[in-house]
Amino acid sequence: MCSTCGCGQAEIVLDSGKSAGAHAHDHAHDHAHDHDHHHHHDNGAIDYGNGPAGAHAPGVSQERMVAIERDIMSKNDAYARDNRRALAAKGVFALNLVSSPGSGKTTLLARTIEALKDRLPVSVVEGDQQTSNDAERIRATGAPAIQINTGKGCHLDAHMVGHAIETLDPAPNSVLFIENVGNLVCPAGFDLGEAHKVVVLSVTEGEDKPLKYPDMFVAADLMLLNKSDLLPHLDFDVGLCLANALRINPHLQTLVVSARTGEGLSAFVAWIEANAARRAAAMAKGGA
Amino acid sequence: MHEMSLTESIVEIAVETARKEGAERVTRVVVDVGQLSHVEPEALEFCFAAVARGTIVEGARLEVARVPGAGFCSDCGKTVAIAERFSPCPECGGFRVQMTAGDELKVREMEIA
Repeated sequence: MCSTCGCGQAEIVLDSGKSAGAHAHDHAHDHAHDHDHHHHHDNGAIDYGNGPAGAHAPGVSQERMVAIERDIMSKNDAYARDNRRALAAKGVFALNLVSSPGSGKTTLLARTIEALKDRLPVSVVEGDQQTSNDAERIRATGAPAIQINTGKGCHLDAHMVGHAIETLDPAPNSVLFIENVGNLVCPAGFDLGEAHKVVVLSVTEGEDKPLKYPDMFVAADLMLLNKSDLLPHLDFDVGLCLANALRINPHLQTLVVSARTGEGLSAFVAWIEANAARRAAAMAKGGA
Repeated sequence: MHEMSLTESIVEIAVETARKEGAERVTRVVVDVGQLSHVEPEALEFCFAAVARGTIVEGARLEVARVPGAGFCSDCGKTVAIAERFSPCPECGGFRVQMTAGDELKVREMEIA
């Protein structure tokens, strides 16, 4: 990690597979993001005149308390707002795909792109700790993809994604998929500037995952229950799983899909088209 | 573990504030962490010293203030204490409880010299 500014060390690997440069300060702080955030309370200094130093004498160090009252996530949220604004300006509909490792996100994504690409341009940001295997799998579908390797990081943050979007430069009026690091915990807390989080759960994972990892199911707007082709071989109770998810988040929409057989994928594609159109209409009316 | 990046944000906010205040060093940083937030205070404390190293915040003490969880139960029509996210209302057992406190993640104040 970078000890000067405290930002996490992420290496963005570009399409060519070459490194875009290890983390360096001229890189990290010389970009389009606005580093100026609002400091509503920054001037609310409280001076305890009788601190340990005892006096206001010049040259004597005087300890004092400074009120800050700033949300720890405010940095990330500011980047997320920038991303959301940049995406909206180009009419890009962005989905943040989250799940545990092995839920079948990448296969599902590849199948979805095949079904969607004749109707809407698609591009992908892939997040993993290491390797660019997933970006290569996506590129095989013909969609442009950029890989972010988070190194030790357990999630994508809005800063990394902002750089990836700049490099990827998605087409106007297109769909952008952000495939997050496989992790059912940490990515829930980080807004990337997406329109919706889509949580993928597979039927091999257990019906109680929404109860065990509620944050992710609260943060998501759509749940895809994947690998439905395996249901005949399992004791998995689909109804119980959906009930658990809806108990955590009553507004969650759910679809049962199989990336392998294609079951339910046309419903997912329809969901994407409908929500992208709804968002575009809201933008045209000047809404957010 | 995302406590590392949260700690990075805490240190970053502290460094910015210290610079603005013209401080020579930071001796204490106080953060509010809700009991229902997905953050482990011990992990924050563990990361803090490592992240602060080499900055003006190095050597500062991190104080984690826990904010208890509370929610508004729409069936009982009042605020109730909740020990876990999405747990039922302790009085009526219903799940129509909207969290109102305990989700905090905030740098409250710091002591500078």
